[in-house]
Amino acid sequence: MRTQFHSPIVLLGARLLSPYIMVFGWYVIFHGHYSPGGGFQGGALLAASILLIRVSGGRMVSRKQLQEYLNTPLAIIGVLIYFLTGLVAMISGGYFLDYGQLPIPGMEPYWLRYTGILIIEVGIGLTVMAILVMIYDNMVKGEDYG
Amino acid sequence: MKLFKVLILALFAGVLIYASLDLPYRGDPDNRMHAERSITDSRVIGNYAIQEAYNDAHTPNMVTVILGDYRSIDTFGEQIVIYTAGLITLLVLRSNRRRRKS
Repeated sequence: MRTQFHSPIVLLGARLLSPYIMVFGWYVIFHGHYSPGGGFQGGALLAASILLIRVSGGRMVSRKQLQEYLNTPLAIIGVLIYFLTGLVAMISGGYFLDYGQLPIPGMEPYWLRYTGILIIEVGIGLTVMAILVMIYDNMVKGEDYG
Repeated sequence: MKLFKVLILALFAGVLIYASLDLPYRGDPDNRMHAERSITDSRVIGNYAIQEAYNDAHTPNMVTVILGDYRSIDTFGEQIVIYTAGLITLLVLRSNRRRRKS
């Protein structure tokens, strides 16, 4: 597919839609305590908002949004957020991933569990987003225009 | 031979339908899996989660509490699986592309 060409209309539509999809993805992650959703679904939505720009604009445009070399560090950061949450809870006296032992002062155990679930959902969302974008980037590498 | 395959499939479907007749009704409170104590007199996790999920984490969505708190190591494994899948695409696709250029 070497005969691709820029379409400003498609790019404009994608640029209009992409921020709203991204905000909805963060909403799904942070509202997972009260409604269906969570890290995996919200991460897929975040990846959709980034891939929309990549599909419609090509590499020159998407380079301004999320660079390719940032995918792997973002995925590692997501895994580390999850793992370090469990490790901190284990160091401060509980089991692995026992959020009730997180060393945040002035919080009841159930609010600690609430916060711990939120932290790991953010980590899962980051990993899923980065990995989906990474798969797309590796598949189209060399066949992209721009 | 084709008739034999169809016969095998029909027989298998018959076995499955016969087995599904013995399943308990969904949502029946007298089911073994909805009981408060199991056969070995330990607490059943489904019953415990329904009763205690809000008190443990103050989260109305029970599924989030089970995935994020009670079964959090399982979720960690799922995340590692996704991460490994991404890394494998990186290894496989990138090395092929480089070999083709040279």
